[in-house]
Amino acid sequence: MPINIVVCSIDRLSGSWKLIFTRKPKVRAERFTRRSDARTLTDKRDAEELVNVYEPLIARRYGYCTVTRSNDGAVIYGEKGRLSRLGVYIVHLSVIFMLIGGLVGSFFGFEGFVNIPEGEATDTIRIRNTGEIHRLDFQIRCDDFNLALYETGAPKEYRSSLSIIAGGKAVKQKDIIVNDPLRFRGINIFQSSYGKLPPEKMPRPETPAPGPSEAYTLNFTSRASGMSYTKTARVGAPVDIPEGLGKFVVMAYEADATFRGMDVGAALIGMLTPADGEAAEVLLPLKFANFDKMRGGDVMIVVDNQPQEKFTPQQPAEERYYTGLQVTRDPGVWLVYTGFVLIIAGCFVTFYLSHQQVCIVIEQLLKNSRVTFAGIANRNKLAMKNTTEKLFTAMTDS
Amino acid sequence: MSSSPLLSISTFVFALAAFLYMAALIFKKPKLTLPARWTVVAAVVVTTAGILLRWVESYQMGIGHAPLSNLYESLVFFAWTAGVIYLFVEFKYKNPLIGAFVAPIAFLAMAYASMSPNISDRIQPLIPALKSNWLIAHVVTCFFGYAAFAIAFGMSLMYLLKTRNPEKIDGIIGHIPKLDILDELTHRMVLFGFLFLTVGIITGAVWANSACARLMRGWQGKQIAYLSVLGFAAVLFTYFGVNLLPGLHSYGKV
Ligand code: HEM
Repeated sequence: MPINIVVCSIDRLSGSWKLIFTRKPKVRAERFTRRSDARTLTDKRDAEELVNVYEPLIARRYGYCTVTRSNDGAVIYGEKGRLSRLGVYIVHLSVIFMLIGGLVGSFFGFEGFVNIPEGEATDTIRIRNTGEIHRLDFQIRCDDFNLALYETGAPKEYRSSLSIIAGGKAVKQKDIIVNDPLRFRGINIFQSSYGKLPPEKMPRPETPAPGPSEAYTLNFTSRASGMSYTKTARVGAPVDIPEGLGKFVVMAYEADATFRGMDVGAALIGMLTPADGEAAEVLLPLKFANFDKMRGGDVMIVVDNQPQEKFTPQQPAEERYYTGLQVTRDPGVWLVYTGFVLIIAGCFVTFYLSHQQVCIVIEQLLKNSRVTFAGIANRNKLAMKNTTEKLFTAMTDS
Repeated sequence: MSSSPLLSISTFVFALAAFLYMAALIFKKPKLTLPARWTVVAAVVVTTAGILLRWVESYQMGIGHAPLSNLYESLVFFAWTAGVIYLFVEFKYKNPLIGAFVAPIAFLAMAYASMSPNISDRIQPLIPALKSNWLIAHVVTCFFGYAAFAIAFGMSLMYLLKTRNPEKIDGIIGHIPKLDILDELTHRMVLFGFLFLTVGIITGAVWANSACARLMRGWQGKQIAYLSVLGFAAVLFTYFGVNLLPGLHSYGKV
């Protein structure tokens, strides 16, 4: 497609180039006099007098105005907006800019994700789609993550305080929120998600394995988005997993469960029904928070805190979050933006400006002069009709 | 008065305007189009007040944001832009009948916004993804584009009505502008809509790139697809269709 655009544009441009960039446009009077909407009048004054009257009329309205005199009369020609014919080429050029910008971006840029627990730093990110590891030449440290909620419980703001560490020194510090990223050396760092750290990473006192209970707090982590959701599940009552990942129901508590012959201690047995797929039994040992990761499903389920603990008030200050960042680099973006500016400018020129030409042909007859007048526009013909009408009235009046 | 009743009133004023126009068309009473035009002016004024008041109220609630953030607000804004562009055309080309095809569209948008049980007219706090100055630029330009297409749609209906009897000069059909004028007007509207929708898409993309972490990978295809969205039917589809897609077009989650 870009090749097509280039070839066609060059082909057509070479045709209109002369028309647009000539110093002295050729005036072919028949183009105007033969038009069906050409108007005529007769005047007693002779051709030279009429030229003196009409020329200022045209010159005032049209940037370019010439008079060609001959034995049997004169031709006054005016035009403006010649450059507006370039509008379509600007639009085409803009498409090329956008395409090249997109290509540059996809060849020399990247888009990756990284989750950083509060207080930790990293320089490796995972590239989206391919899953490759990419190393940055600096480290990103998450100093703090804060989640603010509205009274309704809807999220109000996700804020990560980030430091950029290069050469062992913190060289830049910024709090980022969703619509306000950090930019450093051509790399953009966006707030993209967040989550609670899995329990085993939390400094929390050991508690003895509890007995069966009526309800459990479950933590679902989506693999696709990295988001974690906490839900309370009563035994036997299915809960919906967010992001349309299906349903989960806790079926039973088992004091001494085994997994492939291994003793795993107290565990919940549940049934996971993905949105599109078969239900499968899932074993969740209470002791091993990370156990369900092994399954490699779309959602990882962790029995959050143990039921007895729920009634002893939790200290939220102890909860640790990680921030999910999107890290991108797109060197083609300025080409794309140039394309944006060009497409708007090009559309504007093409839609609202036109190349307008008018011509007055004066024929010297024996006793009087015959005047023929017509105008041509390549666009907005209705407006041109009004202009020619006004001009013609001005001519008859003068 | 608070903004909600004000916007309900404007729904009824748009309804009155649509009714007057319909009466003018059906009973062939061109005279009725004059009061109808002034009713549209009134409706636009009331809607303007309602939108501004809603903006102020959101600040009083401590969650201040431009009223452009959910389906209810965007429908109201759509009706407003359609009204404003129509009035501009009306006072430029002096043909009140054009409103006969615009007022019902504005009325339907308002009625749908205020009557549909699925659409809440509560002022809701802004989700983090929409907290950006780009929101206003993006939504305003998109909706000017949409409203222009809506008016082009109305004018095309007039055109079709006129072709049945283009020479007639009396009666209501005689009041419809001449075919070539309608043609030109529709063309201008479509160009205007195209330009604004282009700018709207561009502001959306720049926003996505500069602020909300979704880049333009695979974007060109989408760009061209969006640019070719010209017909009003397609416009309606994208408008309501975006709700079916996952993403940040939050008015989907009413
Ligand atoms: C109330 C109305 C609207 C709101 C709140 C809204 C919001 C947004 C937001 C938040 C983004 C950036 C999303 C991202 O991170 O990818 C965006 C992008 C975009 N919007 Fe809208 N929008 C609205 C109306 C429209 C309409 C009517 C169109 C119709 C064409 C539209 C077309 C787009 C496009 C094409 C993008 C660029 C997407 C990309 O490049 O990834 N928007 N919009």
